[in-house]
Amino acid sequence: MNWPLFAAIDAGDTTGGVLRLIFPDQPSLLLRLGWSVAIVGIVFMGMVSVVGFLGIWAERKVAGRIQHRHGPNRVGPIGILQSLADGIKLVGKEDLAPRGADRWLFRLAPYLAFAPVFAAFLAIPFSPLLVFEPTLSAGVFWMIAILSVEVIGVILAGWASNNKWSTYGAMREACQLISYEIPLGLSILTVVVAAGTLNLIELTHLQLGGANHWLIFHQPFVAMAFGVFFVASLASNKRAPFDLPESESELVAGYHTEYSGLRFSLFYLAEYNAMFVMAAIMSVLFLGGWDDPFGFLSRWQASIAADRLSLELILLNLSAAGVFVFKTCLLIFVQMWVRWTLPRPRIDQVLHVCFKVLMPLSLAMLLGSAVWELLVTDSSLMQKLTQWTLLGVGVVIVGLLGLMLLQAFAQGRGAKQRLVEPSKAGA
Amino acid sequence: MIGLTHYLILAAIVFACGLLTVLTKRHAIGILMGVELMLNAANINLVAFNFYTTGEKLDGQIFALFVIVLAAAEAAVALAIFFNFYNNFGSVDVDRASELKG
Amino acid sequence: MQIILFYTFAALTLIGAIGVVASSNIVRAAVQLLVALLGVAGLYFLLGAEFLAAAQLVIYVGGTLVLIIFGVMLTARASLKLLQPTRTERALAILSTAILLASLITAIVTTRFAQIEPVAHNAYLVRSIGQALLGDYLLPFELASVLLLAVMIGAAYLAKKRAPISREATR
Repeated sequence: MNWPLFAAIDAGDTTGGVLRLIFPDQPSLLLRLGWSVAIVGIVFMGMVSVVGFLGIWAERKVAGRIQHRHGPNRVGPIGILQSLADGIKLVGKEDLAPRGADRWLFRLAPYLAFAPVFAAFLAIPFSPLLVFEPTLSAGVFWMIAILSVEVIGVILAGWASNNKWSTYGAMREACQLISYEIPLGLSILTVVVAAGTLNLIELTHLQLGGANHWLIFHQPFVAMAFGVFFVASLASNKRAPFDLPESESELVAGYHTEYSGLRFSLFYLAEYNAMFVMAAIMSVLFLGGWDDPFGFLSRWQASIAADRLSLELILLNLSAAGVFVFKTCLLIFVQMWVRWTLPRPRIDQVLHVCFKVLMPLSLAMLLGSAVWELLVTDSSLMQKLTQWTLLGVGVVIVGLLGLMLLQAFAQGRGAKQRLVEPSKAGA
Repeated sequence: MIGLTHYLILAAIVFACGLLTVLTKRHAIGILMGVELMLNAANINLVAFNFYTTGEKLDGQIFALFVIVLAAAEAAVALAIFFNFYNNFGSVDVDRASELKG
Repeated sequence: MQIILFYTFAALTLIGAIGVVASSNIVRAAVQLLVALLGVAGLYFLLGAEFLAAAQLVIYVGGTLVLIIFGVMLTARASLKLLQPTRTERALAILSTAILLASLITAIVTTRFAQIEPVAHNAYLVRSIGQALLGDYLLPFELASVLLLAVMIGAAYLAKKRAPISREATR
């Protein structure tokens, strides 16, 4: 029996799977079970906490930089252990449930919000071999589906708290998430029409060999879909400017107002890991997965025999995973940048944007993408021209944004020096 | 080895639970949940038959897909009716909906 | 592996289903329904229907169940008194369900189904589903989309807030 989720372990007709390289013979049931438990327990759990901790630290650092202050800088070098200290503090806090709350649901809700995000890590292809589930034919769809379970945890948290602000937060969350799932799904469909597959491994393989093969530069409609997906992913992760469910000026802290201690930190872990998963989906769908922009890694991969374990293979996989995580972190940084720059709209404006702007736009994109695939063949001059033009436009946009960042960074430096100088003069 | 019968018996028990929910709950939304359980039981049957008896053809899965879509539609209409009912009667007890009895 | 997984997901489904029947709190019943739906999604995975499992998660759990919980919240002010069935009603319900269940299980156990060796894993599952939907099942597919449009309009019309007409009369 080849159960899809365990296909990598089943050593069947799969292309990936580290286990098969380590144990070339058919591994026994116990070994397979132990292997999967070890992967899930050690690798994914470790990864989820590292992403959470570093994400929260980076968020505070970025916020500090944007607001011309230092951010956390006491615990460890440049404050990098701040989240660890916070985590220890949170673990030590009392686990409270408010009076009148439905205790059972109140306790259950954080886990319901956290578990789906954890499960979504299973299908991410970090590198040619570092993927737990290579044969999931409904890959992207499955990830979006498992992420959509998170909303139940949030709604129950708000409801079980027996607090009207929490309940308002949960209601907003519900309508925001259900609404933004539609543009999210439609923009994925736009890419899928261009690529012809839902499997994340196949999607990566389509884009190997340099930035001009990336799907975002494949069609103008897919490039638009990237924008729509980015906005919708902000909304479905409850990130500012769409953080209505937890807007502190209106609802205290929204659905997690009443939570303390470990359960509170679970919500945070869920939020930052959902950001990571969304950014990972974006880099697989649009930005070429684990391949670098110049195609070095894919050429290297083509020259290595993948059927036995060698030092070169391990090196390739590690550097591919590095490139993948770098792309993902870049996207996470942009999400943070947006959060600390833009003001928050009202809930009716949020829904207006979803139903009257993004939805017609994404429907038009889907139609356009389908027509484009019918009319323009992959080897035609038109296709090549589009790819290189879009690549040029992309490089210009990214370059301008980078310049803006550098300039702001330099300005911040100057301001800090000006702040320091008078005190020096006084002393 | 797990066979078709296992799935069918499981589906039968789930169906019975759904039926019992519909029969014993008087909360309108509770009844809706019972209906959802029954539909899920039917879906388990469809997919199990598809897996164990038709092989490559996917008729059972397509049927189940349609059932899921129709269940979502049904839930939307049912909830709209319940809100209306609640606005009119201030209650979600289905036994109050007896105005047409005459 | 398959046996362990089957019994895990079956247990999840049954715990959820029995919980829906047994719980008197409607929000808890919704959570039990969530457990049952997740169990069923797992069973779909076992039956090689991963697309369906994802659809179950996104439509049932992410859509229908959220709607149901939403409905529970919006009607939360309604009194929960009088919502328990009487003892006779409950006894009758249990009796009829037991009869139905017994006859179903007898029928299942005594029937011999013409089984074939199942196809373990279909790598082109999504493609086949797409081709079936736009091929053999095109008419039902289009009808379903028309139905969804009708449902959308109808639900929006029905749920429109109007002045309560007879709340005083029924009190």
